[in-house]
Amino acid sequence: MKEFKDMHSSIRSRYLAIGVALFFLGFSVAVFAAPFSVVDDQGVVVVFDKPPQRVVSLLPSLTESVCALGKCDALVGIDRFSNWPKSIQNLPKLGGVGDVNIERIVQLKPDVVLLEKASPVIARLNSLGIQTFALDIKSMGDEDRALQKLDLVLGTTESARVWNQIQKEIMRANKQLSLQGKNIRVYFEINPAPYAAGGSSFIGEILSQLNLINIIPKSLGPFPKINPEFVVQAKPDVILLTESTTTDIQKRPGWNTIPAVSNNRICVFTSEQNDVLVRPGPRMGEAALIISQCIQEKMSSPR
Amino acid sequence: MQKNYFLAKLSGLLILSTILVLLGTLLGSTGANWNALGPDQTILFDIRLPRSLGAYLAGALLGLAGGIAQSLFRNPLADPYLLGSASGALLGVGSILCFAYLGNSWLEIIGLNGGAFLGALIGVLASLLLAGGYRSSLRLLLSGVVISVILGAANSLFTFIRPDLFQSIQSFMLGNTTLMNWSGVAIMAIALFLCLAITSIISPVLDALSLGENTARTLGLPLDQLRLVFIGILALATGCAVAQTGLVAFVGLAAPHLVRKLSGGRQRVQLIFSCLGGGILLLGSDLIARTLFAPLEIPVGIVTAVLGGLYLLVLLKRTSFGGRS
Repeated sequence: MKEFKDMHSSIRSRYLAIGVALFFLGFSVAVFAAPFSVVDDQGVVVVFDKPPQRVVSLLPSLTESVCALGKCDALVGIDRFSNWPKSIQNLPKLGGVGDVNIERIVQLKPDVVLLEKASPVIARLNSLGIQTFALDIKSMGDEDRALQKLDLVLGTTESARVWNQIQKEIMRANKQLSLQGKNIRVYFEINPAPYAAGGSSFIGEILSQLNLINIIPKSLGPFPKINPEFVVQAKPDVILLTESTTTDIQKRPGWNTIPAVSNNRICVFTSEQNDVLVRPGPRMGEAALIISQCIQEKMSSPR
Repeated sequence: MQKNYFLAKLSGLLILSTILVLLGTLLGSTGANWNALGPDQTILFDIRLPRSLGAYLAGALLGLAGGIAQSLFRNPLADPYLLGSASGALLGVGSILCFAYLGNSWLEIIGLNGGAFLGALIGVLASLLLAGGYRSSLRLLLSGVVISVILGAANSLFTFIRPDLFQSIQSFMLGNTTLMNWSGVAIMAIALFLCLAITSIISPVLDALSLGENTARTLGLPLDQLRLVFIGILALATGCAVAQTGLVAFVGLAAPHLVRKLSGGRQRVQLIFSCLGGGILLLGSDLIARTLFAPLEIPVGIVTAVLGGLYLLVLLKRTSFGGRS
């Protein structure tokens, strides 16, 4: 009886699965066939006749997102700073922030150009008849939303997997750290002016997901220029640096009283690690792992 | 009678300076707290005191350089950055930052401060060479402008190639008093003492110059040699200040005008007062920059421009600027 019931339910679930599969197939066929539209972060409704086959990305984090969604081979051009994954390195480089090579972009005949919301070339490209899709990624939530939108644009269904991967890596990074004592106070310096990573930046979000205490409170904005004496008073246990100014830090007035400096708990990242850390893209999980690994090393080493 | 007034004004400015320095140790990232005992001692004596003194000394050097420049070129618009020293210092900082990845030990020894100082001196030297000497003020000014443009373009090229350095270079351009330490204060104090001493000895030349170059020549002064000495002082004072604090805007231009009414036309008094005025302006601006949105900081150059500019506007409104400098 029980067996029969099981079989019955398994048949039912099989039907259900087939039904769902058919639905998705039909849905995707409909998607491929009919024009569809996606709203970009400027609020512009961008209409596509079919998923774009030739894509240009003008931002490293967007290049990485496209590749993470499995559409790396659709890329036909990238900006000067995109350097991951390795397979894209031979693509034509189309300039940087202020010197985008419009002529070359038009030559490449892309179906869509992915770029930053504040990019100055959007109007020019549109007037030349090239579709643009602008994204504005500042926080982890932004990246989740951007992945979903890129999924819609590129006709893929990978955003959930990529996002889960990020979450899993952050969890793993968290486990790496949780063996140690809690309440580690950190200071993340972006630039020796000094500009710091505040609580509302995505670096700050990663820090708080790792249960690290950022000495820069959220109220100061994403990347505030702070009074160095504030850092001395806050006494961080670990200092994270994206520029190699270690010797400079030890020479700063009063900084040798900071536990992180006197115990030499300063994480200096290589330029490759830097690329991972400062780009709000699909490698945020990896960024969390880099941070947790260094802090783990520094906290467990003898003084 | 006049001597007495001078002493009164001098002591007034000095008292104001002392008050500002004391305020500088009182005000910090967490508002006012001033207990010299306990753990706050480092913050008080290693951070706030050198920072306040450093800002004051840098302002004084810039004020002195500005006063000299305006008298030497007999032009109320002259400022210490005129002879290519600013863009030279900027290029020095830019190239040190740009080539830091080479890990060369020489670059580390020179450091950002040394780079700025050397750059400023090279800028002035290049202007002198381009002008073919120091005899003609006009040629010197023009070649200074040309050198500024060329070195500025070279610096733009650096930021174009390495956009990641943009923020560091910009913080230097806007002026930065945050990381001042005692050795910087000592260097600036020595430089200020030297410059002030030499200036006050040879300042009568400037008095003669204010009558016009030809008249000064007929008075039998060794004009050319002394002019070279003044340019040297100008470069030294500007280089030292810029090396420690970056290109703080407007102090050198505004300070001499701020004190002009006090000095009553005598160059020696005018230079000493513009020295004090520059210090007061920069330190006051630094105090505002660090307390207005504490613990955030506004770049100090923005505050000096707003403060000095407003005061100059008021002066312009009240007095017709008809009289010569």
